[in-house]
Amino acid sequence: MDRIPILRLGPVLIVSVQGDLADAVAVALRHDVGEAVSSGGITGVVLDVSGVAIVDSYLGRVLTEIAADCSLLGASTVVAGLKPAVAITLVEMGLRLDGARTARSLEAAMAMLGTSVAPVPFATPFASAEGGP
Amino acid sequence: MSSEQATAKVAETLAARQDEIVRGWADLPLFTTVYGGQHDESMAEAGRLLDALVELAGSGRTDDFRAPGFAAVREVLTRITSERLRSGGDLQQVLDEIGQLRQPVTAIFDGHPGAVTVPAELVAVTELIGSLRVVAVVVLLGESDEVVARQRMELMEISTPVIRLWEGIVAVPLIGTLDSVRSQVVMESLLSGIVDEQAAVAILDITGVPMVDTLVAQHLMKTAMAVQLMGAECVISGIRPQIAQTIVHLGIDLREITTRATLSDALKYGLARTGVALGAGG
Repeated sequence: MDRIPILRLGPVLIVSVQGDLADAVAVALRHDVGEAVSSGGITGVVLDVSGVAIVDSYLGRVLTEIAADCSLLGASTVVAGLKPAVAITLVEMGLRLDGARTARSLEAAMAMLGTSVAPVPFATPFASAEGGP
Repeated sequence: MSSEQATAKVAETLAARQDEIVRGWADLPLFTTVYGGQHDESMAEAGRLLDALVELAGSGRTDDFRAPGFAAVREVLTRITSERLRSGGDLQQVLDEIGQLRQPVTAIFDGHPGAVTVPAELVAVTELIGSLRVVAVVVLLGESDEVVARQRMELMEISTPVIRLWEGIVAVPLIGTLDSVRSQVVMESLLSGIVDEQAAVAILDITGVPMVDTLVAQHLMKTAMAVQLMGAECVISGIRPQIAQTIVHLGIDLREITTRATLSDALKYGLARTGVALGAGG
């Protein structure tokens, strides 16, 4: 895998990372996302990392940097689908993904970006009329 | 010579050559590792152990570890072995060092007037039987260690249930002291609960946590951050007034985390966040 595909869905870019991300691929990804966002018309970037089982400090930093790049270019970043083990590792390493918002799934991330430019409470697919269990 | 006479004689000899034996013992690792450079302490402890042995031999019940004389032996050995185990010595090491106590004593009997030479075979058989007993004790100890470890694991599992309070809202009621192992388990089960329930709000209820120090607070912060990374919001509830005071006093900054006084307040907050409207009575 040399490059990770970047999908464009309206004003939102979707990057789905499957499998472990090698350092060189991560660097290429940062570059590609930057290029894609700066091509214009992009308000949000979703990084779907549900397929990533292992992170190291480098990858954590690259994710944070991608988020920082995007916000400079006027797009907000949502990291979606972090696995529990990955979340624990990031916390233990003291990485907090500052600058990126998090969502529990790609769907929740899309709802988050679709409804808001300013922070919204929660993207809740079940929040409609039904009153709970 | 009958065995009663023999033990009486042992008692007599041990008492008569006390100084010599105690000097020999005090330099052995069993005592020196506990008392370090303090030779006097070492001597005193070795003396206490020898006094107890003299008393035992005098009573003739050397083979019955329930005999009253063993109370004093137990007292000295408890002090020494628990100190050794605390500082990282293992069972085998302590057993070896206790075995070394034999040499200074047998040296005396070897040179004793009228000493009978015991056939080496007999000594070997005695040692073998002694080792058998030690093996049995070690096996028993190992088994009970396993039981304790298993029970600890079970306790850990049952003590951290992740409860689904509503669609998209999970809670973990924490009872008892939080140490790093336990908070790790809590974190893992809470995070997998969030995945399973697709939860948007996770409530950590600390009503049952007796005290919060900086370490516990750090564990709570870490858990809350991991929950946020998963894309959910973490609410800490059940903070009693004393604990709130402690947190403020310690200067722990929990402002980044939503906190509520009670679990019901936290649930109400969670419902509001997930867009569930409550009726007039709620």
